[in-house]
Amino acid sequence: MSLAGRQLDTLVTPVPKGDPDTSIMEIEIGPAHPAMHGIVRFTTQLDGELIVGMDPEIGYLHRGFEKESENSKWIQVIPYTDRLNYVSPLLNNIGYSMAVEKLYGIEAPRRAEFTRVIMGEISRITDHLTCVGAAAMEVGAFTFFLWFIKAREYLWELVEEVTGARLTTNWTRFGGNATDIPDGFLDALQERLNKVKEIIAECDNLLTRNKIFIDRVKDVGAISKEDAISFGFTGPMLRACGVPYDVRRADPYSVYDEIDFEVPIGSTGDCYDRYLVRMEEIRQSISIIEQASDMMPVGPIMTNERMLNYPDKKDVYGNIEGLIDHFKLVMEGHQPPAGEVYLPTEGGNGEIGFYLVSDGSGDPVRVRMRPACFNYVEAMPFLTVGHYVADIVPIFGSVNMIGGELDR
Amino acid sequence: MKLETLPETSALISECFPDAVLETHEHRGDETLVIDKSKFLKVCEFLRDDSRCNFEMMVDLTAVDRLEQDVKPRFEMVYHFKSLSLSKRLRLKVHLEEEDSNIDSIHHLWKAVNWYERECYDMYGIIFNNHPDLRRIMMYDQFEGHPLRKDYPMDRQQPISELREVEERNEYERSL
Repeated sequence: MSLAGRQLDTLVTPVPKGDPDTSIMEIEIGPAHPAMHGIVRFTTQLDGELIVGMDPEIGYLHRGFEKESENSKWIQVIPYTDRLNYVSPLLNNIGYSMAVEKLYGIEAPRRAEFTRVIMGEISRITDHLTCVGAAAMEVGAFTFFLWFIKAREYLWELVEEVTGARLTTNWTRFGGNATDIPDGFLDALQERLNKVKEIIAECDNLLTRNKIFIDRVKDVGAISKEDAISFGFTGPMLRACGVPYDVRRADPYSVYDEIDFEVPIGSTGDCYDRYLVRMEEIRQSISIIEQASDMMPVGPIMTNERMLNYPDKKDVYGNIEGLIDHFKLVMEGHQPPAGEVYLPTEGGNGEIGFYLVSDGSGDPVRVRMRPACFNYVEAMPFLTVGHYVADIVPIFGSVNMIGGELDR
Repeated sequence: MKLETLPETSALISECFPDAVLETHEHRGDETLVIDKSKFLKVCEFLRDDSRCNFEMMVDLTAVDRLEQDVKPRFEMVYHFKSLSLSKRLRLKVHLEEEDSNIDSIHHLWKAVNWYERECYDMYGIIFNNHPDLRRIMMYDQFEGHPLRKDYPMDRQQPISELREVEERNEYERSL
């Protein structure tokens, strides 16, 4: 079935009313379904097993992130960002903090940037491991899932060593990070990465040329380059279509322009290509972490600018400037200069961008997060119509919807 | 406003649509254009189709409520575009009066726009003219008001809606 040029709203096929002979059946998939990766509902119209229409309904996990943020101080938003894409919370922390830094017009110290790159790439690996592992499990490769969760556990222990939490990390600050990497961390990191590499190699042997797996994912859920761009696809979903767009390369932020890495692309944009792109990105991320570890400079992890960093306790209790700064930061919060910024960063799922508006008063006027998987779920009718019911599972698995980011 | 001092895309738009551009700025390197509402659709078509612009991707669409800043007009639509082939970004803004908070839909230009406009309608109550399917997306149908407006109180509670029969719900959704 050719879908080229069709608009989304025509992909909902109403069931003919009062026609007892109709072969079109409407079936609800979700909201709480094991293969739904969170809470989302698909009202699907079927002709036999063929999907002829679909209407996704989202919002079941809407927590009012933007409203909550706009009624908080700038610094109080960081813990909320953990809960957006909860599979790679550090990438959200980094994206938000860098956007506020852009609002201030400052940069974090180099050591802070390099640790951000390392921790961000660890998060990207956990994100891809979760997505690929869960998607493979749903089409029957349960071993694969367990091995990937084991690899993810190795990495989350590293995250815990640095941030003190596995998921609710709350790690970055404006102009640096809350904690430095502990002693001996880089050696432990290398050791863990070697273990992860082994698991990736083993799983690669297990699945990449597995006939059963390929039959389920090859030529399923394909989308053309032009449609993917028009739908605003980013990240692995767009790269699987053959567009080498990676925010780390296209609009370099942090220290990514000093690091050598490749942007893997697919050709057909089907579920198999998305799997391959994600697997290769895990390898690239490991390489980025190794390079950043080698380049890790010594120095501070937090900027010294006044009214950005909380002053040392020695100053708070020792002199009046320190006391005033501390008081004003706690009571009035950070006060970025008036203005607006949009900062795109490469999340685990695609481009996550923070659009921030400040009026200089210390209360955010607008905190907007551009969710990467919003577009993917929007395109679900486009990806699934013309396929069979069973294909929804691998397609939706490869989309990697994260409810917290989708509904905010 | 001197054309020579403007960044490339802003200069181009100012040249091609002399009376459409109300204001430009480049705060922290983000190229921004404020466009007149009546010319908005034409400018968007130009941005997508002209080979000097080539903005193939609509990255983000949202609104800003400036009630507390006491700025008139109250609403500001904010569009972010990305050109992959020319590797540049652009922010387009349109001011909307509170009494007349509607704007032309651009869903036919970029496929992603459909849901983004639905979200903006849901959160801010801005009407998108000619949108094919303008209904709530995050909140439920019985929800009253638009939560991201600054005059919507943080702690306002709404009654729990009653369960509906499946048939009735489908009828209701289609009739919108």
